[in-house]
Amino acid sequence: MTNVASIPYFIPELILIVFVMAVIIYDLAAKKKGSEGSAYLSLVGLAMVVIAVIVVGSEDRSLFLGMIRLDSFAMFFKIIITVATAATILFSIRSDELDPRTKGEYHALLLAVTFGMFLMASSTHLLMIYLSLETVSLTSYILAGFLTHSPRSSEAAFKYITYGAVASGTMLFGISLLFGMTGTGDVILLSSRLTEMFNTDDVYPLAVLLSITFILAGVGYKIASVPFHMWSPDVYEGAPIPITAFLSVASKSAGFALFIRLFYFGFVWEEASVDWSLMLAVVSALTMTVGNLAALPQQNVKRLLAYSSIAHSGYLLMGAVLLTSEGLQAVLFYLIVYLFMNLGAFFVVILIASEVGSETIDGYRGLGSRAPLVAVSMAIFLFSLIGIPPLAGFVGKWLLFWAVIQEQLYWLAIIGLLNSVVSLYYYARIVKAMFFETADETETLSFSSGHRVLLIIFIIPTLLLGVYWTPVYEFSKVSLGKLMG
Amino acid sequence: MLSLMIFIPLLGMVAVLLIPRDREELAKQVAFVVTLIPLLLAVILFVRYDRSVSGLQFAEKTMWISVFNIYYHVGIDGLSVTLLLLTALLGPICVLASWRNIEKGIKAYLALFLLLETGMIGFFCALDLFLFYVFFEITLLPMYFLIGIWGGPRREYAAIKFFLYTLSGGMLMLVAMIAVYLESGPAGARTFDIPTLIQLATTPGHALADRTFQIWAFLGFFIGFAIKVPIFPFHTWLPDAHVEAPTAISVILAGILLKMGTYGLVRINFAMLPDGMAFFTDPEFAKAMGRSPMWGNGLAFLGFINIVYGSLCALAQTDFKKLVAYSSIAHMGFILIGLAARNESGLNGAILQMFNHGVISAMLFLLVGVVYDRAHHREINGFGGLGSQMPIYTGITTLAFMASLGLPGLSGFVGEVLSLLGAYSKFKVLTILSTSGIVVGAAYFLWTLQRVFLGQLNPKYADMPEINGREIATLVPLGILTVVLGVWPSIALDMFNQAVRVLPLVP
Repeated sequence: MTNVASIPYFIPELILIVFVMAVIIYDLAAKKKGSEGSAYLSLVGLAMVVIAVIVVGSEDRSLFLGMIRLDSFAMFFKIIITVATAATILFSIRSDELDPRTKGEYHALLLAVTFGMFLMASSTHLLMIYLSLETVSLTSYILAGFLTHSPRSSEAAFKYITYGAVASGTMLFGISLLFGMTGTGDVILLSSRLTEMFNTDDVYPLAVLLSITFILAGVGYKIASVPFHMWSPDVYEGAPIPITAFLSVASKSAGFALFIRLFYFGFVWEEASVDWSLMLAVVSALTMTVGNLAALPQQNVKRLLAYSSIAHSGYLLMGAVLLTSEGLQAVLFYLIVYLFMNLGAFFVVILIASEVGSETIDGYRGLGSRAPLVAVSMAIFLFSLIGIPPLAGFVGKWLLFWAVIQEQLYWLAIIGLLNSVVSLYYYARIVKAMFFETADETETLSFSSGHRVLLIIFIIPTLLLGVYWTPVYEFSKVSLGKLMG
Repeated sequence: MLSLMIFIPLLGMVAVLLIPRDREELAKQVAFVVTLIPLLLAVILFVRYDRSVSGLQFAEKTMWISVFNIYYHVGIDGLSVTLLLLTALLGPICVLASWRNIEKGIKAYLALFLLLETGMIGFFCALDLFLFYVFFEITLLPMYFLIGIWGGPRREYAAIKFFLYTLSGGMLMLVAMIAVYLESGPAGARTFDIPTLIQLATTPGHALADRTFQIWAFLGFFIGFAIKVPIFPFHTWLPDAHVEAPTAISVILAGILLKMGTYGLVRINFAMLPDGMAFFTDPEFAKAMGRSPMWGNGLAFLGFINIVYGSLCALAQTDFKKLVAYSSIAHMGFILIGLAARNESGLNGAILQMFNHGVISAMLFLLVGVVYDRAHHREINGFGGLGSQMPIYTGITTLAFMASLGLPGLSGFVGEVLSLLGAYSKFKVLTILSTSGIVVGAAYFLWTLQRVFLGQLNPKYADMPEINGREIATLVPLGILTVVLGVWPSIALDMFNQAVRVLPLVP
């Protein structure tokens, strides 16, 4: 589809751009600095975006001369990303961490990064993939370092940039190699071109292997898979907590969207000389093991959740590399569940950080009696993250392991399940502090009704999806669309 | 009716949570009444249960998750009906036992307890493997909190140890469960339905009936259940959990949760994976598979280890509760060895022993609780001469001890003898060696009796109050059961006699 004809299908992204500017202008014009006006304006924008995404629909279309693709797969991720962004903005309202004078820029950047993630979810051209990844990365760097008064936050941003620059440089190198060999950047053409080249023996297999590995390095960095995960604990710990939540959910989802699209469209062809599936299965096993083992000794809850989020990348990767529709469906389902349980857990971290003033596990002591609702909610989110029935996380894991075992990868399933047991230990440390230990201070904590409602909004799906999940599972199937042919 | 029984405690949990914080007495009363309802239903089931047929009764089946062919399928047969009754009976008893000695957060305690009851009742009724697994795991969360919040000094350690052990087992079970599901048919025709799976697994030529597959699936389920039972070497969580748990929770742990393991062994491993079972219980079969015949002694050997090791450990304990905990391990060994026999006598004995052990160990833990509430310690050597001070208590304890050590005329005897009798025809040496467990059992119980109740009264406890009415009320129904089942075991045996016959028995 030509550029002009594509524009009507690009309306959600255009709305985002309009609102980025609107938020900046509002912030400049607003007389009273530090109000939450820009937050509400952004939320209105996101609501409009969701409506637009749904109205534009999910009929398969290739837009802007094959640069991006509109399909149900992209639509799925756009909705997930928008929900995560909206949650992040809600979390940031009345946050003590952020300087009220910079809230306008903060929200404008969040909308901008959302725009970038939309592109990540729909790009089908290597160039566009690179550009979208960079858009997301650059804005994320700023957001991670948004607490200018905090050295930790600056350190986070610096580490993020350093790692990010290396990863995207590597990726760009891979892209240029691949483009040089195949003469195309179109991901869909790539696999047929590569097949053709392998059939006619007109290729250096090592060069193809290298270029694809380099490209996967860029994506691996985004989803924080081993060995490209090193940045994430420091960044998660240093960044403002809402941004940490955002990175762990939205950024990861967008990364997986990109990964799946690249992997399934571009790099899998019948005569593949390398068993990508097996190689990435090993990466996934390493990712979850490293994430879980590193989480064990953590005292800082943010850092602990950062490592746990690496582990969850491993679980997700396990489903993504199977090359079966069951595996992908499980990934999509898990992302929905993960959205609620992980954001919920981070929301509790935000509440506790502002009320108790602590991010360490010790700060959670005695919460069971000081703030029963928050403590019970946290317990529900954490047990869901472990994957204990009847919570949503269990169903997510169940679907993943089902898909893995279906492919006879018993070793991977057993590694994954043992990892779940390991994860129980560190999640339970938080639960233990909350319920089994007593705090020095005993006065009850009070939370605003808005916060309690928000908490319950995250609890309901975490409980409900554990008991009845057919509709959501069907939705994830529909979202796969034509991806699996 | 079964659904009512499963979900009434859950509703009760919500009701208890809604009661204002300062009305603690009301919360206890509500919880007590709520636990009486499943008991009433269980008694009705017990009476109305048709003993002359072997199949499922009171079944309910509704589609739950259609994409995976998961049903909400519950029903009972002779295997589960007695355990269901036991669960329902221990519910009100445990609420009564918690009446005075839970000091903080009684509301949360009762709510968790009711959730636990839902999980346990659901587990014994579930006939869909997925549902079965969900109920199996649901019991973990309340148990973790009940031990961790209301337990003794090392409660945190005990709670997490219990959780980690059981969850690891559950995970292996999950793999086996998914594998069984995938092998049950082509895509679209797969099933989690336990009766259907049992049928498929005995159809020659079906993928589920493949021997190698059965052995691996057997191992997956077996380790999951073995941790729960617990079978040596997976037993180390049990003494810790028992010692730290509050009385009522120990009662549930020994009375019901351990039975979940053995019940699973019968329901899944025995009935659904007969070839897997044969490999570990029949030396000839293992030999025919080209493996060492030693595999065929596996299950009986583990039962033997449990009996002897559990008994010897119990003998060495000075903590009253730990002694009872290790004696539980020994008694679970009799169930295992009875199962390994795979004949009618062995199986009847094993299933009866499940029920008996539930009753007797519940009594023992309640009795330990009584003395602990008064003396605030459980050192066996720290008492002495309580017999003159608390005659009624001494009498009931003696009854429980005698039942547990297998005195003829009391229920413990029947189960153990049937198990051993069944096992003798298959594993002569192991069975003979196992009987030493009974001797050691008599030794540690009688020795304890002597140290606690006989001799000079310890002056520290000269004004120790006698067991009170509430405590007697928790013990009497169990005491009556041990006597009745001892002299008239057929009221229980009749329940599962038919069900046992349809299992893949090897005479």
